[in-house]
Amino acid sequence: MWGYKGSVTSIRDFDREGILLVLSGAARMEAEDHYGLLSGKVLGTMFLEPSTRTRLSFAAAMMKLGGQVLDFGVSEQSSFKKGESLSDAIRIVAGYCDVIVLRHPWEGAARLAAEIAGRPVINAGDGANQHPTQTFLDLYTIQKVRGKIDGLTVGFVGDLKYGRTVHSLATALTRFDCRQVFVSPPTLAIPRDLLQELNRTGVEYEQSQDLRKLLPSLDILYCTRIQQERFADIVEYERVKGAYRLNRALLAEAGVKEALRIMHPLPRVDELSPDLDETPYAVYFEQARNGVPVRQALLAMVLGKG
Amino acid sequence: MSMGKKPLTRELKVSAIRNGTVIDHIQNEATFKVAEILKLGEEDNMVLVGMNLPSKKVGKKGLIKIEGRELTPQEVNKIALIAPQATLNIIQDYRVIEKRHVELPARVEGIVRCFNPTCVTNCQPVSTSFEVVAADPVRLRCVYCERIMSGPDIILK
Repeated sequence: MWGYKGSVTSIRDFDREGILLVLSGAARMEAEDHYGLLSGKVLGTMFLEPSTRTRLSFAAAMMKLGGQVLDFGVSEQSSFKKGESLSDAIRIVAGYCDVIVLRHPWEGAARLAAEIAGRPVINAGDGANQHPTQTFLDLYTIQKVRGKIDGLTVGFVGDLKYGRTVHSLATALTRFDCRQVFVSPPTLAIPRDLLQELNRTGVEYEQSQDLRKLLPSLDILYCTRIQQERFADIVEYERVKGAYRLNRALLAEAGVKEALRIMHPLPRVDELSPDLDETPYAVYFEQARNGVPVRQALLAMVLGKG
Repeated sequence: MSMGKKPLTRELKVSAIRNGTVIDHIQNEATFKVAEILKLGEEDNMVLVGMNLPSKKVGKKGLIKIEGRELTPQEVNKIALIAPQATLNIIQDYRVIEKRHVELPARVEGIVRCFNPTCVTNCQPVSTSFEVVAADPVRLRCVYCERIMSGPDIILK
């Protein structure tokens, strides 16, 4: 069975073949118009946490395939306000639509939903746990901008401790022949459990605090935002933030590869200087756009039309 | 002091059980936890609990003998979580008819609480499920929130 019982709840449920199937589906969606493929189908969106890009790109993906979108509404105005349980809400929405996209603050909420909905569920983020469609679009972007995934050195910089996009992408890359490099302050280092997983799967990796030194070895640099609330001391936050800020001058001084591509799940604050936006290195806006064909492919696949 | 008498040799005699289960090689400090799992306080039949017993393998060990009782698979799974080196001896007519190590299944269902307060299993009435990542020391991954637990984080329900 593809994914988890035909649903997309965690990147862990996908092996290399499963991932490549989604990426080739996304490439087909981007190359040709598939309007009408999901005509007569209804997508139910349940975003119980704020989201703009993910919610809009799912809606756009469904509309581009000719399907309809039914929105559950924000939690303040919905049945949750009246004390309805998540399980009951899922069962009710499942009766109105063909596929559910769920974002919820409880970790594992999408997995539970997939078990009880009786129809496919796509996880659009469950707390600090998983956001698999982001990982698929990250992988799709890497494949698109570098022509391959195998054989690349992928660097991660920023908040590697709490960033779920980093954890999911690092896990997904264990299915490929990639070297992984983690650059962060010690307080925001990649979790030990994840490093143990890399050890178990035989992935070659390196950890460092020195971004400048590692920049020349990278093919992909995946940046994430360092959030102020992670620091008790504002002075420490300012110092750390400054040490991991990327701009055109730093890339030139470090002597990066011409083919280096910089990604970011967005929104960015000031970890990526705007002076990078017009350089060939910057692919973060393209990355955000890739969310639509990737989600088109996933919606089509879970509905048996992929 | 009485002269000419043989020194007294005092020995603790622990009764053998006729039919039932002997749990041996329990990690010493886990002995009472195993007794708790098996609700031995409510047991009507004969129960013997030993602690700080000499063991060649681990220095000190715990031992529990329960007359007339066979453990359920759920009870064995729980013991495997907190005393992975324990052995089970099934006794019939004072003889060991079966000896085996406790063994964790690939999945532990419904007997452990997830330590992550924002896991859906702690917010909704959902039965827990964990994938066993490693058996000794035990490491469990929650199939819902995917967090890995080990050591004191593993709390039995």
